[in-house]
Amino acid sequence: MTLDRDKWRILLVDDEVEFVSTLAERLSLRDIEPEVVHDGQEALARIHARAPHVVILDMFMPGMKGLDVLRTLRFSHPQVQVILLTGHGATRDAMEGMRLGAFDYMVKPINIDDLLKKITEAMDAAGFTA
Amino acid sequence: MTRMEHSPGVPAGSHGSTGQAAAQQRADLHDGVPPTRYRLLRRKIVALLLGVAVAPLCVLTVINYQIYQTIVAKEFEAPLRALVSKTKNSFELFFAERTSAVSFIASAYPVEKLSDDKALADIFEVMRQKFSGFVDMGFIDERGRQVSYVGPYDLKGKDYADQPWFREAALHGSYITDVFTGLRKFPHIAIVVRQLGNDGKWWTLRATVDTRQYERLIAAMGISPDSDAFLLNKHGILQTDSTYYGALLQPIPFPMPRTSYETQVVDFKTTDGQAALMAYVYIPDSEYVLMAIKPKGAAFSTKGLFRADLAILLVASVLLILLVAYKLTGDLVARLKQSDERRELAFRHVEHSQKLSSIGRLAAGVAHEINNPLAIINEKAGLMKDLLALEPEFPKKDRFIKQIDAIAAAVARCRNITHRMLGFARQMDVNIESIQVNDVLKETASFLERESAYRNIELSLSLTEGLPAIESDRGQLQQVFLNMLNNAFAAVNDGGAIAVATWRQDDDTVGISIKDNGCGMSEEVQRHVFEPFFTTKKGTGTGLGLSISYGIIKRLGGDIALTSKPNLGTTFTILLPVAHGQGGVQS
Ligand SMILES: Nc1ncnc2c1ncn2[C@@H]1O[C@H](COP(=O)(O)OP(=O)(O)O)[C@@H](O)[C@H]1O
Ligand SMILES: [Mg+2]
Repeated sequence: MTLDRDKWRILLVDDEVEFVSTLAERLSLRDIEPEVVHDGQEALARIHARAPHVVILDMFMPGMKGLDVLRTLRFSHPQVQVILLTGHGATRDAMEGMRLGAFDYMVKPINIDDLLKKITEAMDAAGFTA
Repeated sequence: MTRMEHSPGVPAGSHGSTGQAAAQQRADLHDGVPPTRYRLLRRKIVALLLGVAVAPLCVLTVINYQIYQTIVAKEFEAPLRALVSKTKNSFELFFAERTSAVSFIASAYPVEKLSDDKALADIFEVMRQKFSGFVDMGFIDERGRQVSYVGPYDLKGKDYADQPWFREAALHGSYITDVFTGLRKFPHIAIVVRQLGNDGKWWTLRATVDTRQYERLIAAMGISPDSDAFLLNKHGILQTDSTYYGALLQPIPFPMPRTSYETQVVDFKTTDGQAALMAYVYIPDSEYVLMAIKPKGAAFSTKGLFRADLAILLVASVLLILLVAYKLTGDLVARLKQSDERRELAFRHVEHSQKLSSIGRLAAGVAHEINNPLAIINEKAGLMKDLLALEPEFPKKDRFIKQIDAIAAAVARCRNITHRMLGFARQMDVNIESIQVNDVLKETASFLERESAYRNIELSLSLTEGLPAIESDRGQLQQVFLNMLNNAFAAVNDGGAIAVATWRQDDDTVGISIKDNGCGMSEEVQRHVFEPFFTTKKGTGTGLGLSISYGIIKRLGGDIALTSKPNLGTTFTILLPVAHGQGGVQS
């Protein structure tokens, strides 16, 4: 398992730079090397360039919102699994995201172990096999 | 628990500045509609109704009274007119008969016979038998000397040349004199007929008639004692005794009415000032006027015309109108007041829910804003711990890790707070999700922990473990439970007890009860509690809590019921379906 993690392609999308860079560093300490972008537009560009297995997507960002990114992805890259991050809890937006086909959602602040669990499940769902 | 955690959940009215502001607002609203306004309004409407209803009624009554008065007048007048006309005819007949009898004698018998006392007496005797009232008769020659005479007095040879009737007869051919007493000391009249003899000389036949005959005719009118009837001559000299206006041959004390041979009825004032009617007629071919005076008396007075039935009707109608107007306006104004109050309450409720939703939005915003930096702290601390874990042992490494754990714990606590706030904010959303009733109850109860501690109220939860998750709206259920608990808190005294329980009713249903040992409700109150705006908390209640709760529970396919005993307490029972959209719960 642990050996495979370096092959996981994870994209972290959040405008909160301090949060996302720290989270990325913590993930890398756990053998995951995520790519990091800070807005929706950039995220889509990166995904088009090379599709990740899992996108961890903040819902509330300036400019393009997480849900818009999700909607676009559902068409262009249906195989990509999306874990939504929200500061709001189980609000309508999160429900809407689930309906749009997000893999799951998590409420900030998140527990790193929970996140790892979710990512692992999402990798399974993405059909990644070692 | 921190104060922060409670602020959004505690009802607005129960503490702090929001409560004071709300109370102030309510006071303002009450000031806006002073009770005197309704009283004034009511008085105005009653006055108006009375004005439009009673005024025409009074006018009608007055008109009715007047019509009645004229009818009575006519009814009063007509018999008097008829009586006078009839009596006039009798008088006319009386005069005509006697005049023609005398005329007949004058023309039928030769002068020689008439001038002979013996023959005249025979003739007179026949006439007397035919016509009553004749007293005597005399034959008077051209020079006015009575040649022959038959009668009780010794009048033969008397000279009448200077008598006015002698001259009148010379002028008219025949003449009836006024009443006079003359020698005889009792009233009588003379019927005088003049005739031209074969010898070319005028002679005169004169018969006197006892006017007690008049009295008899007038007595035959049968008039009442307060009335008067009499005969006058054209100059106003009484020809018969009058009860009230003088004796025989005296002038009447009022001017003669205008000449008319038709019976006239005119208004008249009696000597003692009473209203009366006077009927009179000039008797044709004579000097006489027949007159009758009848006081209007009791029948005509206001008192006599006053009709008890009409008056009772009027008074009854006015009273009825008054009553109806009073009742009607009472109802009307009460309704107006009620709708004003409802509007005010609705306004209060809207305001309250607006306040709640803006608090909700604020809470959501704050939670979001705080969650992001919290997330950073969380990650930074997490990274520190990760990095420390990679370091070899160094002094106080354990203490560092402890500090980091403490930070993580604090972050977790903050996270709980923001989640509570978000849970409150979620009330505003309609959202069916899978929920644990027990969790919702726990969360709702936690909002009231501070108040229960402060008021020493025992709030106990006996929640059955392992209840199935139900598909329902978390926010709305929370609102329902909050309403129930708020009501229970309002019902109990300090030191009271409130017990919340859950159970599995059947496969498809869970049951929830909220029981208090508070003031309870009368049956009358129980009948109305689910009605919107029904409240016994004058000034502080909206009366919306239970009606909204009822609506929510019904919409969620559930049922709500209560049992209550005054002074013992109240239990609300709610049944909720496990699956959303399944048929209603049977209670
Ligand atoms: N637990 C209770 N005990 C006694 N009376 C209650 C209870 N719950 C509700 N009521 C009665 O029902 C009325 C209506 O309640 P509600 O609809 O919540 O409106 P409000 O609380 O604003 O008056 C209350 O005014 C009160 O008289
Ligand atoms: Mg209430």
